Amino acid sequence: MIEIQDVSKWFGDFRVLSNCSTHVAKGEVVVICGPSGSGKSTLIKCINGLESFQEGVITVNGISVGAEGTNLPKLRASIGMVFQNFELFPHMTIAENVCLAQLKVLNRSRAEAEERAAQLLNRVGLSNQAAKHPAQLSGGQQQRVAIARALAMDPIAMLFDEPTSALDPEMINEVLDVMVALAQEGMTMMVVTHEMGFARKVADRVVFMDEGRIEEDARTEEFFGAPRGERAQMFLSKILSH
Amino acid sequence: MVGRFDFTVIFSNLDILWNGMLITLLLTVVAIVGGILLGTILALMRLSRFKLPAYAAGRFVDAFRATPLILVIFWFYFAVPIVTGRPIGGLYSVLIAFTLFESAYYCEIIRAGIQSIRLPQVHAGLALGLTRWQATRHVVLPQAFRNMVPLLLTQAIVLFQDTSLVYVVGLKDFLTAADLVATRDNRVVEMYLTAAVVYLVICSLGSLWVRRLQRQYAI
Ligand SMILES: Nc1ncnc2c1ncn2[C@@H]1O[C@H](COP(=O)(O)OP(=O)(O)OP(=O)(O)O)[C@@H](O)[C@H]1O
Ligand SMILES: [Mg+2]
Repeated sequence: MIEIQDVSKWFGDFRVLSNCSTHVAKGEVVVICGPSGSGKSTLIKCINGLESFQEGVITVNGISVGAEGTNLPKLRASIGMVFQNFELFPHMTIAENVCLAQLKVLNRSRAEAEERAAQLLNRVGLSNQAAKHPAQLSGGQQQRVAIARALAMDPIAMLFDEPTSALDPEMINEVLDVMVALAQEGMTMMVVTHEMGFARKVADRVVFMDEGRIEEDARTEEFFGAPRGERAQMFLSKILSH
Repeated sequence: MVGRFDFTVIFSNLDILWNGMLITLLLTVVAIVGGILLGTILALMRLSRFKLPAYAAGRFVDAFRATPLILVIFWFYFAVPIVTGRPIGGLYSVLIAFTLFESAYYCEIIRAGIQSIRLPQVHAGLALGLTRWQATRHVVLPQAFRNMVPLLLTQAIVLFQDTSLVYVVGLKDFLTAADLVATRDNRVVEMYLTAAVVYLVICSLGSLWVRRLQRQYAI
């Protein structure tokens, strides 16, 4: 469903991505990990065109992201994205956050949008928070709203960029539980995370990035069994010892 | 002249003062609303990815900010009839002059407000499938305006006080009217005191109202 072929990207002279290739099949869960600054966020933002890239091809469901005539808003509406710092809209209530794009992009009626919002908020365990503003919620709650907001667009795939790394430890699991349920229902997911427990549990493959390169791309059990590269081994032992 | 004060001078000149107040308020409201609308457009142009609109808006703003308001008023009063071929009258010319002049200042306030919204917020909007304009309209501008309220208010108060400059083209705003009555009826102290109180009350009410709005929309 998501195909990344030989993608390279530069910020000025600085090469952030070097010939990255990987893919996510329908229903597959792929975890991306790697040290800070290795280009994980940049790669994931290239998939829905929030970042442009100079070389290579990315296709989502056969549509080329970087191509000239691609309708990016339409493409993005079909891919959910969850950010490290939630990025809920602070001037709107929780319900409005979940309804906005349903109304403006999918042209759903207000009643329809509100019903879908209620359904999804219920699903992430926040049905009684709809009238509140984001600032009145805990980080874990906000991130669950952000997931509901993305799901409201009925996406064909979901991208997560370190969804739990801004959370207090006691809130990480409430967010991971939602993600695990989503994965088990067959959602196609690409997840940047250092939560190796999550990776072991639901990931089909693990991709390890370092200095803009994809150094490992292995089935989960192989990756945890014995990562081939030295850097991946070092990285793994470092985060598993925490 | 000195001796007892006589505040009945206000009541015997109520109509001229009231008409002055109408001009002051009309000018203030039109220039605030028009200035913010135009200022928003200018700010979006200045921040645009396209060079030409960004450049044009930039020069427009620089030109007005480099010119004293009184000169802008004169300029529109004399120049507009030359361009259009017929006189448009003092009131219209100052409405245009004030609106354009204010829009240059509002543009800079609004531009800073827009820039204060972090990029990830825009990304969150775009990732949901909003177009660039929809993300600006529904995500960036509401937050930007909320952050800008105090500055917009300050600018509005300055504008309210600046409306007295219209006397240069023969219009009688509230202060000009009060001044006229003061010298004609020899009631300088009474009239200037009244004018000061009226300005103070209106500005305070304005601040109060905005602060209430702000609390209502605060989170
Ligand atoms: N807009 C930008 N301009 C210039 N350099 C950038 C920009 N965005 C990111 N970079 C650089 O690109 C590199 C990769 O950044 P990226 O955010 O993709 O890393 P990451 O793997 O997500 O790291 P982290 O774990 O810290 O989130 C970093 O060195 C970063 O400093
Ligand atoms: Mg990152």
